[in-house]
Amino acid sequence: MREIFFDTLMNIAKNNDRIFLLAGDVGYGIFKKYKNTFPKRMINVGVAEANLIGIGAGLSLSGKNVYCYSITPFITTRCFEQIRIDLCYQNLDVKLVGSGAGLTYGLEGMTHHAIEDISIMRSLPNMTVVAPGDPIEYKAIARLSVSQKGPMFIRLEKKYKPKIHSDSTKFKIGKGSIIDEGNDITIIATGSMLHTAKIVSDELRKRGISATLISMHTIKPLDETLILDCAKNSNAIFTIEEHSIIGGLGSAVSEVLSEVSYSGLFKRIGLPDKYHNTVGTPEYLRKKCSLTPEQIEKTIIKLYKK
Amino acid sequence: MKFFFNKRREEEDFRKKTEIILELRRNAKEIRKDILKIIYKTKSPHIGSSLSCVDILTALYFRILKIYPSNPEFPHRDRFILSKGHGCPALYATLVRRGFFKKEILDKFAVDNGTLEQHPTCNISLGIEASTGSLGHGLSMGIGMAISGKYDKSNYRVFVLMSDGECNEGSVWEAAMFAPKHNLDNLIAIIDYNKIQAMNRTNEIVSLEPLVDKWKAFGWATHEINGHDFREIIETLEQVPFETDKPSVIVAHTIKGKGVSFMEDKVLWHFRHPNEEEYKAAWRELK
Repeated sequence: MREIFFDTLMNIAKNNDRIFLLAGDVGYGIFKKYKNTFPKRMINVGVAEANLIGIGAGLSLSGKNVYCYSITPFITTRCFEQIRIDLCYQNLDVKLVGSGAGLTYGLEGMTHHAIEDISIMRSLPNMTVVAPGDPIEYKAIARLSVSQKGPMFIRLEKKYKPKIHSDSTKFKIGKGSIIDEGNDITIIATGSMLHTAKIVSDELRKRGISATLISMHTIKPLDETLILDCAKNSNAIFTIEEHSIIGGLGSAVSEVLSEVSYSGLFKRIGLPDKYHNTVGTPEYLRKKCSLTPEQIEKTIIKLYKK
Repeated sequence: MKFFFNKRREEEDFRKKTEIILELRRNAKEIRKDILKIIYKTKSPHIGSSLSCVDILTALYFRILKIYPSNPEFPHRDRFILSKGHGCPALYATLVRRGFFKKEILDKFAVDNGTLEQHPTCNISLGIEASTGSLGHGLSMGIGMAISGKYDKSNYRVFVLMSDGECNEGSVWEAAMFAPKHNLDNLIAIIDYNKIQAMNRTNEIVSLEPLVDKWKAFGWATHEINGHDFREIIETLEQVPFETDKPSVIVAHTIKGKGVSFMEDKVLWHFRHPNEEEYKAAWRELK
Protein backbone atom coordinates (compact mmCIF):
# COMPACT_ATOMS: atom_id res chain seq x y z
CA MET A 1 0.00 0.00 0.00
CA ARG A 2 2.89 2.38 0.82
CA GLU A 3 4.09 2.07 -2.76
CA ILE A 4 0.73 3.41 -4.02
CA PHE A 5 1.16 6.51 -1.85
CA PHE A 6 4.78 7.11 -2.83
CA ASP A 7 4.28 6.38 -6.53
CA THR A 8 1.47 8.95 -6.62
CA LEU A 9 3.64 11.45 -4.76
CA MET A 10 6.57 10.79 -7.08
CA ASN A 11 4.49 11.58 -10.12
CA ILE A 12 3.49 14.89 -8.54
CA ALA A 13 7.09 15.61 -7.50
CA LYS A 14 8.15 15.36 -11.16
CA ASN A 15 6.37 18.64 -11.77
CA ASN A 16 6.84 20.17 -8.34
CA ASP A 17 10.47 20.88 -7.51
CA ARG A 18 9.59 22.09 -3.99
CA ILE A 19 8.81 18.56 -2.78
CA PHE A 20 11.56 17.06 -0.60
CA LEU A 21 11.58 13.61 0.92
CA LEU A 22 13.56 12.85 4.08
CA ALA A 23 13.93 9.27 5.25
CA GLY A 24 15.22 7.95 8.55
CA ASP A 25 17.26 5.13 7.00
CA VAL A 26 14.23 3.02 6.09
CA GLY A 27 12.39 2.44 2.82
CA TYR A 28 15.15 1.02 0.64
CA GLY A 29 12.83 -0.38 -2.02
CA ILE A 30 10.53 2.62 -2.07
CA PHE A 31 13.14 5.32 -2.34
CA LYS A 32 15.47 3.84 -4.92
CA LYS A 33 13.28 5.39 -7.62
CA TYR A 34 13.23 8.76 -5.82
CA LYS A 35 16.97 8.76 -5.36
CA ASN A 36 17.49 8.08 -9.06
CA THR A 37 14.94 10.64 -10.20
CA PHE A 38 15.50 13.44 -7.66
CA PRO A 39 18.91 12.87 -6.06
CA LYS A 40 18.96 16.32 -4.46
CA ARG A 41 15.44 16.13 -3.09
CA MET A 42 15.58 12.69 -1.49
CA ILE A 43 17.80 12.63 1.56
CA ASN A 44 18.44 9.69 3.85
CA VAL A 45 19.08 11.62 7.06
CA GLY A 46 20.17 8.50 8.91
CA VAL A 47 18.93 6.95 12.11
CA ALA A 48 18.44 10.37 13.69
CA GLU A 49 14.77 11.27 13.75
CA ALA A 50 15.09 14.41 15.90
CA ASN A 51 17.57 15.82 13.38
CA LEU A 52 15.33 14.65 10.53
CA ILE A 53 12.33 16.64 11.77
CA GLY A 54 14.48 19.71 12.47
CA ILE A 55 15.90 19.57 8.94
CA GLY A 56 12.36 19.24 7.61
CA ALA A 57 11.39 22.35 9.56
CA GLY A 58 14.37 24.29 8.22
CA LEU A 59 13.54 23.26 4.66
CA SER A 60 9.93 24.27 5.15
CA LEU A 61 10.94 27.63 6.66
CA SER A 62 12.80 28.11 3.38
CA GLY A 63 9.76 27.40 1.24
CA LYS A 64 9.99 23.65 0.65
CA ASN A 65 7.22 21.07 0.87
CA VAL A 66 8.62 18.28 3.01
CA TYR A 67 7.71 14.62 3.57
CA CYS A 68 9.42 12.83 6.47
CA TYR A 69 9.33 9.05 6.42
CA SER A 70 10.06 6.26 8.86
CA ILE A 71 8.34 3.45 10.72
CA THR A 72 5.41 4.99 12.59
CA PRO A 73 6.73 5.03 16.19
CA PHE A 74 10.06 6.45 15.07
CA ILE A 75 8.56 9.31 13.05
CA THR A 76 6.02 10.21 15.75
CA THR A 77 7.02 9.41 19.33
CA ARG A 78 10.82 9.19 18.96
CA CYS A 79 11.02 12.82 17.81
CA PHE A 80 7.89 14.09 19.51
CA GLU A 81 9.31 17.36 20.79
CA GLN A 82 10.67 18.35 17.39
CA ILE A 83 7.20 17.67 15.95
CA ARG A 84 5.57 19.69 18.72
CA ILE A 85 7.78 22.77 18.50
CA ASP A 86 9.46 22.82 15.10
CA LEU A 87 6.44 21.67 13.09
CA CYS A 88 3.26 22.29 15.07
CA TYR A 89 4.11 25.49 16.93
CA GLN A 90 5.67 26.98 13.80
CA ASN A 91 2.77 25.52 11.78
CA LEU A 92 4.93 24.31 8.90
CA ASP A 93 3.97 22.39 5.76
CA VAL A 94 5.71 19.18 6.75
CA LYS A 95 4.16 15.75 6.39
CA LEU A 96 5.04 12.84 8.68
CA VAL A 97 4.54 9.62 6.79
CA GLY A 98 4.49 6.65 9.12
CA SER A 99 4.87 3.12 7.87
CA GLY A 100 2.77 0.80 9.98
CA ALA A 101 -0.75 1.07 11.32
CA GLY A 102 -1.23 -0.73 14.61
CA LEU A 103 0.17 -4.26 14.41
CA THR A 104 1.52 -4.03 10.84
CA TYR A 105 5.02 -4.95 12.01
CA GLY A 106 3.66 -7.88 14.03
CA LEU A 107 6.67 -10.14 14.35
CA GLU A 108 9.08 -7.27 14.80
CA GLY A 109 7.60 -6.69 18.20
CA MET A 110 6.33 -3.94 20.42
CA THR A 111 9.03 -1.40 19.50
CA HIS A 112 7.66 -1.32 15.95
CA HIS A 113 3.94 -1.49 16.74
CA ALA A 114 2.00 1.76 16.41
CA ILE A 115 -0.81 1.80 18.91
CA GLU A 116 -0.68 5.26 20.51
CA ASP A 117 0.38 7.37 17.51
CA ILE A 118 -3.04 8.71 16.49
CA SER A 119 -3.85 9.67 20.06
CA ILE A 120 -0.57 11.53 20.49
CA MET A 121 -0.58 13.25 17.09
CA ARG A 122 -4.23 14.20 17.49
CA SER A 123 -3.49 16.13 20.67
CA LEU A 124 -1.13 18.50 18.86
CA PRO A 125 -2.57 21.87 17.80
CA ASN A 126 -2.30 22.54 14.02
CA MET A 127 -1.74 18.84 13.26
CA THR A 128 -3.90 17.05 10.68
CA VAL A 129 -4.18 13.27 11.14
CA VAL A 130 -5.11 10.93 8.30
CA ALA A 131 -5.19 7.18 7.83
CA PRO A 132 -6.17 6.09 4.31
CA GLY A 133 -7.78 2.68 3.93
CA ASP A 134 -7.90 1.52 0.31
CA PRO A 135 -5.83 2.19 -2.83
CA ILE A 136 -8.15 4.99 -3.93
CA GLU A 137 -7.80 6.74 -0.59
CA TYR A 138 -4.01 6.26 -0.67
CA LYS A 139 -3.84 8.01 -4.04
CA ALA A 140 -6.23 10.75 -2.94
CA ILE A 141 -4.40 11.46 0.31
CA ALA A 142 -1.04 11.59 -1.51
CA ARG A 143 -2.52 14.11 -3.96
CA LEU A 144 -4.33 16.21 -1.35
CA SER A 145 -1.41 16.27 1.06
CA VAL A 146 0.69 18.31 -1.36
CA SER A 147 -1.45 21.41 -0.97
CA GLN A 148 -2.35 20.77 2.68
CA LYS A 149 -1.31 23.65 4.95
CA GLY A 150 0.43 22.95 8.23
CA PRO A 151 1.83 19.70 9.63
CA MET A 152 0.14 16.41 8.80
CA PHE A 153 0.52 12.84 10.02
CA ILE A 154 -0.19 10.17 7.40
CA ARG A 155 -0.51 6.62 8.72
CA LEU A 156 0.20 3.93 6.13
CA GLU A 157 -0.30 0.18 5.99
CA LYS A 158 2.09 -2.20 4.22
CA LYS A 159 -0.03 -5.08 2.97
CA TYR A 160 -2.09 -4.55 -0.17
CA LYS A 161 -5.85 -4.25 0.32
CA PRO A 162 -8.32 -4.26 -2.59
CA LYS A 163 -10.28 -1.22 -3.73
CA ILE A 164 -13.42 -0.26 -1.84
CA HIS A 165 -14.15 3.11 -3.41
CA SER A 166 -14.75 3.62 -7.11
CA ASP A 167 -12.02 5.35 -9.09
CA SER A 168 -14.12 8.47 -9.45
CA THR A 169 -14.78 9.01 -5.72
CA LYS A 170 -14.03 12.56 -4.61
CA PHE A 171 -12.21 13.12 -1.34
CA LYS A 172 -11.66 16.05 0.92
CA ILE A 173 -9.41 16.10 3.96
CA GLY A 174 -11.66 16.50 6.99
CA LYS A 175 -14.69 14.94 5.31
CA GLY A 176 -15.57 11.30 5.89
CA SER A 177 -16.80 9.13 2.99
CA ILE A 178 -20.01 7.15 3.08
CA ILE A 179 -19.40 3.69 1.67
CA ASP A 180 -22.65 1.88 2.57
CA GLU A 181 -25.95 3.40 3.59
CA GLY A 182 -28.14 1.61 6.12
CA ASN A 183 -30.97 2.19 8.58
CA ASP A 184 -29.97 0.26 11.69
CA ILE A 185 -26.45 0.98 12.79
CA THR A 186 -23.42 3.06 11.85
CA ILE A 187 -19.90 1.70 11.56
CA ILE A 188 -17.11 4.26 11.43
CA ALA A 189 -13.76 2.79 10.46
CA THR A 190 -10.37 4.20 9.66
CA GLY A 191 -7.22 3.23 7.78
CA SER A 192 -6.09 -0.33 8.06
CA MET A 193 -9.47 -1.49 9.41
CA LEU A 194 -11.53 -0.14 6.52
CA HIS A 195 -11.33 -3.35 4.56
CA THR A 196 -12.31 -5.43 7.61
CA ALA A 197 -15.18 -3.04 8.32
CA LYS A 198 -16.47 -3.46 4.77
CA ILE A 199 -16.56 -7.25 5.19
CA VAL A 200 -18.37 -6.80 8.50
CA SER A 201 -20.89 -4.41 6.97
CA ASP A 202 -21.62 -6.83 4.10
CA GLU A 203 -21.99 -9.81 6.44
CA LEU A 204 -24.30 -7.93 8.80
CA ARG A 205 -26.50 -6.97 5.89
CA LYS A 206 -26.85 -10.66 5.02
CA ARG A 207 -27.99 -11.20 8.60
CA GLY A 208 -30.59 -8.47 8.41
CA ILE A 209 -28.71 -5.60 10.06
CA SER A 210 -28.25 -2.74 7.66
CA ALA A 211 -25.25 -0.60 8.44
CA THR A 212 -24.09 2.79 7.30
CA LEU A 213 -20.36 2.41 6.76
CA ILE A 214 -18.21 5.50 6.99
CA SER A 215 -14.55 5.68 6.06
CA MET A 216 -13.11 8.26 8.42
CA HIS A 217 -9.79 8.71 6.66
CA THR A 218 -9.31 12.04 8.46
CA ILE A 219 -9.28 11.72 12.22
CA LYS A 220 -8.35 15.35 12.75
CA PRO A 221 -10.07 17.59 11.89
CA LEU A 222 -12.95 15.20 12.48
CA ASP A 223 -16.07 15.34 10.32
CA GLU A 224 -18.44 16.16 13.19
CA THR A 225 -21.33 16.99 10.87
CA LEU A 226 -21.29 13.50 9.41
CA ILE A 227 -21.07 11.90 12.86
CA LEU A 228 -24.02 13.93 14.11
CA ASP A 229 -26.02 12.96 11.00
CA CYS A 230 -25.30 9.31 11.73
CA ALA A 231 -26.24 9.80 15.38
CA LYS A 232 -29.67 11.08 14.30
CA ASN A 233 -30.30 8.16 12.00
CA SER A 234 -29.01 5.09 13.81
CA ASN A 235 -29.58 3.26 17.06
CA ALA A 236 -26.01 2.18 17.46
CA ILE A 237 -22.58 3.49 16.48
CA PHE A 238 -19.46 1.35 16.35
CA THR A 239 -15.95 2.63 15.67
CA ILE A 240 -13.28 0.28 14.34
CA GLU A 241 -9.59 1.07 14.36
CA GLU A 242 -6.25 -0.66 14.66
CA HIS A 243 -5.13 1.61 17.48
CA SER A 244 -5.47 1.72 21.23
CA ILE A 245 -9.04 2.41 22.27
CA ILE A 246 -7.59 5.34 24.21
CA GLY A 247 -7.31 8.52 22.19
CA GLY A 248 -7.85 7.27 18.65
CA LEU A 249 -10.83 7.34 16.31
CA GLY A 250 -13.18 5.88 18.92
CA SER A 251 -12.27 8.49 21.48
CA ALA A 252 -12.58 11.27 18.93
CA VAL A 253 -16.07 10.11 17.92
CA SER A 254 -17.12 9.65 21.56
CA GLU A 255 -16.06 13.22 22.31
CA VAL A 256 -18.53 14.42 19.69
CA LEU A 257 -21.34 12.09 20.79
CA SER A 258 -21.01 12.78 24.50
CA GLU A 259 -21.47 16.48 23.92
CA VAL A 260 -24.82 15.94 22.18
CA SER A 261 -26.01 13.37 24.73
CA TYR A 262 -26.34 10.61 22.15
CA SER A 263 -28.76 8.10 23.61
CA GLY A 264 -28.01 5.14 21.34
CA LEU A 265 -25.50 2.36 21.79
CA PHE A 266 -21.87 3.33 21.30
CA LYS A 267 -18.90 0.98 21.25
CA ARG A 268 -15.23 1.51 20.47
CA ILE A 269 -13.63 -1.50 18.80
CA GLY A 270 -9.85 -1.35 18.71
CA LEU A 271 -6.71 -2.55 20.40
CA PRO A 272 -6.75 -2.98 24.16
CA ASP A 273 -4.77 -0.60 26.35
CA LYS A 274 -1.72 -2.83 26.60
CA TYR A 275 1.59 -3.65 24.91
CA HIS A 276 1.58 -6.82 22.88
CA ASN A 277 4.45 -9.03 23.85
CA THR A 278 2.90 -12.05 22.22
CA VAL A 279 4.98 -13.13 19.23
CA GLY A 280 2.98 -13.30 16.04
CA THR A 281 2.14 -12.07 12.57
CA PRO A 282 -0.24 -9.11 12.22
CA GLU A 283 -3.07 -11.53 11.41
CA TYR A 284 -2.34 -13.63 14.50
CA LEU A 285 -2.12 -10.58 16.78
CA ARG A 286 -5.28 -9.00 15.36
CA LYS A 287 -7.12 -12.23 16.11
CA LYS A 288 -5.74 -12.13 19.66
CA CYS A 289 -7.23 -8.64 19.92
CA SER A 290 -10.59 -9.72 18.47
CA LEU A 291 -10.14 -7.63 15.33
CA THR A 292 -10.90 -10.19 12.59
CA PRO A 293 -14.09 -9.58 10.56
CA GLU A 294 -15.81 -12.57 12.19
CA GLN A 295 -14.91 -11.46 15.71
CA ILE A 296 -16.03 -7.89 15.10
CA GLU A 297 -19.26 -9.11 13.55
CA LYS A 298 -19.90 -11.21 16.65
CA THR A 299 -19.16 -8.28 18.96
CA ILE A 300 -21.56 -6.03 17.08
CA ILE A 301 -24.38 -8.59 16.92
CA LYS A 302 -24.00 -9.43 20.60
CA LEU A 303 -24.21 -5.81 21.68
CA TYR A 304 -26.85 -4.76 19.16
CA LYS A 305 -29.21 -7.62 19.87
CA LYS A 306 -28.94 -7.26 23.65
CA MET B 1 58.05 56.42 -0.63
CA LYS B 2 56.43 53.02 -1.01
CA PHE B 3 57.15 52.28 2.63
CA PHE B 4 55.58 55.59 3.61
CA PHE B 5 52.38 54.90 1.67
CA ASN B 6 52.11 51.40 3.04
CA LYS B 7 52.54 52.73 6.52
CA ARG B 8 49.92 55.37 5.92
CA ARG B 9 47.49 52.81 4.60
CA GLU B 10 48.16 50.62 7.63
CA GLU B 11 47.52 53.55 9.92
CA GLU B 12 44.30 54.37 8.11
CA ASP B 13 43.19 50.75 8.29
CA PHE B 14 43.98 50.70 11.96
CA ARG B 15 42.05 53.92 12.53
CA LYS B 16 39.07 52.58 10.60
CA LYS B 17 39.08 49.28 12.48
CA THR B 18 39.34 51.10 15.80
CA GLU B 19 36.36 53.25 14.85
CA ILE B 20 34.36 50.17 13.90
CA ILE B 21 35.20 48.52 17.19
CA LEU B 22 34.31 51.61 19.18
CA GLU B 23 30.98 51.77 17.38
CA LEU B 24 30.35 48.08 18.11
CA ARG B 25 31.17 48.65 21.78
CA ARG B 26 28.70 51.54 21.91
CA ASN B 27 26.01 49.34 20.39
CA ALA B 28 26.80 46.45 22.73
CA LYS B 29 26.57 48.75 25.71
CA GLU B 30 23.14 50.02 24.69
CA ILE B 31 21.99 46.44 24.08
CA ARG B 32 23.20 45.40 27.54
CA LYS B 33 21.31 48.33 29.08
CA ASP B 34 18.10 47.29 27.31
CA ILE B 35 18.56 43.69 28.47
CA LEU B 36 19.05 44.81 32.07
CA LYS B 37 15.99 47.06 31.90
CA ILE B 38 13.55 44.54 30.46
CA ILE B 39 14.72 41.71 32.69
CA TYR B 40 14.56 43.87 35.82
CA LYS B 41 11.14 45.23 34.90
CA THR B 42 9.59 41.83 34.22
CA LYS B 43 11.57 39.82 36.80
CA SER B 44 12.61 37.50 33.98
CA PRO B 45 15.32 34.84 34.18
CA HIS B 46 18.46 34.35 32.04
CA ILE B 47 20.22 37.68 32.40
CA GLY B 48 23.63 35.94 32.59
CA SER B 49 22.92 33.94 29.41
CA SER B 50 21.78 37.09 27.60
CA LEU B 51 24.76 39.25 28.58
CA SER B 52 27.11 36.43 27.64
CA CYS B 53 26.22 36.53 23.92
CA VAL B 54 25.78 40.29 23.39
CA ASP B 55 29.15 40.89 21.76
CA ILE B 56 28.69 37.99 19.35
CA LEU B 57 25.20 39.22 18.41
CA THR B 58 26.42 42.80 18.00
CA ALA B 59 29.26 41.72 15.72
CA LEU B 60 26.90 39.55 13.66
CA TYR B 61 24.08 42.07 13.29
CA PHE B 62 26.23 45.17 12.73
CA ARG B 63 29.11 43.78 10.66
CA ILE B 64 28.53 40.29 9.34
CA LEU B 65 24.94 39.34 8.51
CA LYS B 66 23.55 40.37 5.14
CA ILE B 67 20.14 41.37 6.42
CA TYR B 68 17.68 44.09 5.55
CA PRO B 69 15.56 45.45 8.40
CA SER B 70 13.26 47.20 5.93
CA ASN B 71 12.89 43.99 3.91
CA PRO B 72 13.24 41.27 6.55
CA GLU B 73 11.84 38.52 4.32
CA PHE B 74 14.28 39.07 1.44
CA PRO B 75 14.79 35.47 0.22
CA HIS B 76 18.57 35.72 -0.10
CA ARG B 77 19.17 37.22 3.37
CA ASP B 78 21.54 35.52 5.78
CA ARG B 79 19.69 33.55 8.46
CA PHE B 80 20.43 33.75 12.16
CA ILE B 81 18.92 31.24 14.59
CA LEU B 82 19.22 31.84 18.31
CA SER B 83 19.20 28.17 19.23
CA LYS B 84 19.85 29.10 22.87
CA GLY B 85 16.39 30.67 22.92
CA HIS B 86 16.59 31.61 26.60
CA GLY B 87 19.10 34.31 25.67
CA CYS B 88 16.42 36.10 23.63
CA PRO B 89 16.44 39.36 25.61
CA ALA B 90 19.80 39.88 23.86
CA LEU B 91 18.27 39.08 20.48
CA TYR B 92 15.30 41.40 21.01
CA ALA B 93 17.52 44.27 22.12
CA THR B 94 19.85 43.68 19.16
CA LEU B 95 16.98 43.61 16.67
CA VAL B 96 15.70 46.89 18.08
CA ARG B 97 19.12 48.50 17.82
CA ARG B 98 19.50 47.20 14.26
CA GLY B 99 16.12 48.65 13.26
CA PHE B 100 13.97 45.53 12.87
CA PHE B 101 11.38 46.89 15.23
CA LYS B 102 10.71 49.92 17.40
CA LYS B 103 12.04 50.16 20.91
CA GLU B 104 8.50 50.36 22.32
CA ILE B 105 8.05 46.70 21.49
CA LEU B 106 10.41 45.90 24.36
CA ASP B 107 7.63 47.09 26.68
CA LYS B 108 5.71 44.12 25.32
CA PHE B 109 8.32 41.64 26.59
CA ALA B 110 7.08 39.11 29.15
CA VAL B 111 3.82 40.90 30.01
CA ASP B 112 0.15 39.98 29.64
CA ASN B 113 -0.99 40.46 26.05
CA GLY B 114 2.65 41.04 25.13
CA THR B 115 4.50 40.49 21.86
CA LEU B 116 7.75 38.91 22.99
CA GLU B 117 8.04 35.81 25.19
CA GLN B 118 10.94 34.70 27.34
CA HIS B 119 11.77 32.24 24.55
CA PRO B 120 11.34 33.50 20.98
CA THR B 121 8.58 32.65 18.54
CA CYS B 122 9.34 32.57 14.83
CA ASN B 123 8.32 35.87 13.25
CA ILE B 124 10.33 36.58 10.14
CA SER B 125 8.86 40.05 9.71
CA LEU B 126 10.41 40.90 13.09
CA GLY B 127 13.70 39.23 12.17
CA ILE B 128 13.13 36.12 14.31
CA GLU B 129 13.88 33.17 12.04
CA ALA B 130 12.77 30.26 14.24
CA SER B 131 10.94 29.36 17.43
CA THR B 132 13.44 28.21 20.01
CA GLY B 133 13.58 27.72 23.75
CA SER B 134 13.90 23.98 23.99
CA LEU B 135 17.59 23.34 23.45
CA GLY B 136 18.99 21.26 20.64
CA HIS B 137 16.57 22.28 17.88
CA GLY B 138 18.33 25.15 16.13
CA LEU B 139 21.20 23.39 14.43
CA SER B 140 18.94 20.91 12.64
CA MET B 141 16.65 23.70 11.45
CA GLY B 142 19.76 25.57 10.32
CA ILE B 143 20.81 22.51 8.31
CA GLY B 144 17.42 22.47 6.58
CA MET B 145 17.84 26.14 5.67
CA ALA B 146 21.39 25.54 4.47
CA ILE B 147 20.33 22.61 2.25
CA SER B 148 17.52 24.74 0.85
CA GLY B 149 19.93 27.59 0.12
CA LYS B 150 22.29 25.30 -1.79
CA TYR B 151 19.39 23.72 -3.66
CA ASP B 152 18.09 27.16 -4.69
CA LYS B 153 21.63 28.27 -5.61
CA SER B 154 21.30 31.18 -3.20
CA ASN B 155 24.38 32.59 -1.52
CA TYR B 156 22.85 33.11 1.88
CA ARG B 157 24.55 31.76 4.97
CA VAL B 158 22.98 30.29 8.09
CA PHE B 159 24.38 31.19 11.52
CA VAL B 160 23.25 29.20 14.56
CA LEU B 161 24.15 30.35 18.05
CA MET B 162 24.08 27.58 20.65
CA SER B 163 24.88 27.44 24.31
CA ASP B 164 27.39 25.11 25.92
CA GLY B 165 24.69 23.46 28.04
CA GLU B 166 22.80 22.89 24.80
CA CYS B 167 25.60 20.58 23.68
CA ASN B 168 24.30 18.13 26.34
CA GLU B 169 21.44 17.42 23.93
CA GLY B 170 21.83 14.35 21.72
CA SER B 171 20.10 16.06 18.81
CA VAL B 172 23.02 18.53 18.56
CA TRP B 173 25.32 15.62 17.78
CA GLU B 174 22.88 14.08 15.32
CA ALA B 175 23.05 17.39 13.47
CA ALA B 176 26.82 17.64 13.94
CA MET B 177 27.27 14.27 12.20
CA PHE B 178 25.00 15.17 9.33
CA ALA B 179 26.20 18.62 8.18
CA PRO B 180 29.78 17.72 7.11
CA LYS B 181 28.57 14.77 5.04
CA HIS B 182 26.49 17.22 3.02
CA ASN B 183 29.29 19.77 2.56
CA LEU B 184 27.28 22.56 4.13
CA ASP B 185 29.90 25.29 4.06
CA ASN B 186 27.07 27.85 4.20
CA LEU B 187 26.36 26.77 7.79
CA ILE B 188 28.14 28.37 10.74
CA ALA B 189 27.57 27.21 14.31
CA ILE B 190 28.73 29.40 17.16
CA ILE B 191 28.94 28.10 20.70
CA ASP B 192 28.60 30.64 23.47
CA TYR B 193 31.00 28.81 25.76
CA ASN B 194 30.62 30.58 29.11
CA LYS B 195 31.14 27.29 30.94
CA ILE B 196 28.10 27.66 33.14
CA GLN B 197 24.73 26.02 32.57
CA ALA B 198 21.54 26.19 34.61
CA MET B 199 22.62 24.32 37.73
CA ASN B 200 26.40 23.98 37.62
CA ARG B 201 29.57 24.62 35.73
CA THR B 202 29.43 22.66 32.48
CA ASN B 203 32.37 20.41 33.34
CA GLU B 204 30.71 19.39 36.61
CA ILE B 205 27.76 17.84 34.74
CA VAL B 206 28.96 16.05 31.61
CA SER B 207 32.26 15.63 29.81
CA LEU B 208 31.88 18.47 27.35
CA GLU B 209 35.62 18.76 26.87
CA PRO B 210 37.50 18.50 24.63
CA LEU B 211 34.79 20.52 22.87
CA VAL B 212 36.74 21.86 19.91
CA ASP B 213 38.28 18.45 19.22
CA LYS B 214 34.84 16.86 19.29
CA TRP B 215 33.58 19.16 16.55
CA LYS B 216 36.78 18.66 14.60
CA ALA B 217 36.39 14.90 14.87
CA PHE B 218 32.82 15.22 13.57
CA GLY B 219 34.19 16.89 10.42
CA TRP B 220 33.69 20.60 11.12
CA ALA B 221 36.22 23.36 10.44
CA THR B 222 36.81 24.91 13.84
CA HIS B 223 38.00 28.18 15.32
CA GLU B 224 38.36 29.14 18.95
CA ILE B 225 37.98 32.79 19.91
CA ASN B 226 37.45 35.20 22.77
CA GLY B 227 33.74 35.92 22.40
CA HIS B 228 34.08 39.42 23.84
CA ASP B 229 36.97 40.66 21.68
CA PHE B 230 35.34 42.40 18.71
CA ARG B 231 38.49 42.37 16.64
CA GLU B 232 38.78 38.61 17.03
CA ILE B 233 35.06 37.96 16.52
CA ILE B 234 34.91 40.03 13.32
CA GLU B 235 38.14 38.73 11.86
CA THR B 236 37.00 35.17 12.47
CA LEU B 237 33.46 35.63 11.15
CA GLU B 238 34.81 37.35 8.05
CA GLN B 239 36.74 34.19 7.20
CA VAL B 240 33.78 31.80 7.03
CA PRO B 241 33.67 29.22 5.62
CA PHE B 242 37.00 28.31 7.17
CA GLU B 243 37.33 25.44 4.71
CA THR B 244 35.57 24.81 1.40
CA ASP B 245 32.83 22.18 1.60
CA LYS B 246 32.90 22.05 5.40
CA PRO B 247 30.52 23.58 7.92
CA SER B 248 32.23 25.97 10.34
CA VAL B 249 32.02 26.05 14.09
CA ILE B 250 33.30 28.82 16.33
CA VAL B 251 33.81 27.97 19.96
CA ALA B 252 33.58 31.40 21.56
CA HIS B 253 34.96 31.61 25.07
CA THR B 254 32.68 33.97 26.93
CA ILE B 255 31.82 35.08 30.43
CA LYS B 256 28.32 34.51 31.72
CA GLY B 257 26.86 37.85 32.86
CA LYS B 258 29.55 39.79 30.96
CA GLY B 259 29.43 43.53 31.62
CA VAL B 260 28.08 43.52 35.17
CA SER B 261 30.92 42.66 37.53
CA PHE B 262 28.89 40.97 40.25
CA MET B 263 27.00 38.83 37.72
CA GLU B 264 30.07 37.65 35.86
CA ASP B 265 30.89 33.96 35.94
CA LYS B 266 28.20 33.12 38.50
CA VAL B 267 25.78 30.17 38.22
CA LEU B 268 23.23 32.16 40.23
CA TRP B 269 22.58 34.63 37.41
CA HIS B 270 21.36 31.97 35.03
CA PHE B 271 17.91 32.26 36.55
CA ARG B 272 18.00 35.09 39.11
CA HIS B 273 16.65 38.53 38.26
CA PRO B 274 18.13 41.63 39.90
CA ASN B 275 16.40 43.37 42.79
CA GLU B 276 16.24 47.17 42.90
CA GLU B 277 19.59 47.60 44.56
CA GLU B 278 21.30 45.19 42.17
CA TYR B 279 19.60 46.84 39.23
CA LYS B 280 20.93 50.25 40.22
CA ALA B 281 24.42 48.88 40.78
CA ALA B 282 24.35 47.12 37.40
CA TRP B 283 23.04 50.27 35.69
CA ARG B 284 25.91 52.32 37.12
CA GLU B 285 28.39 49.84 35.66
CA LEU B 286 26.79 49.85 32.22
CA LYS B 287 26.35 53.63 32.00
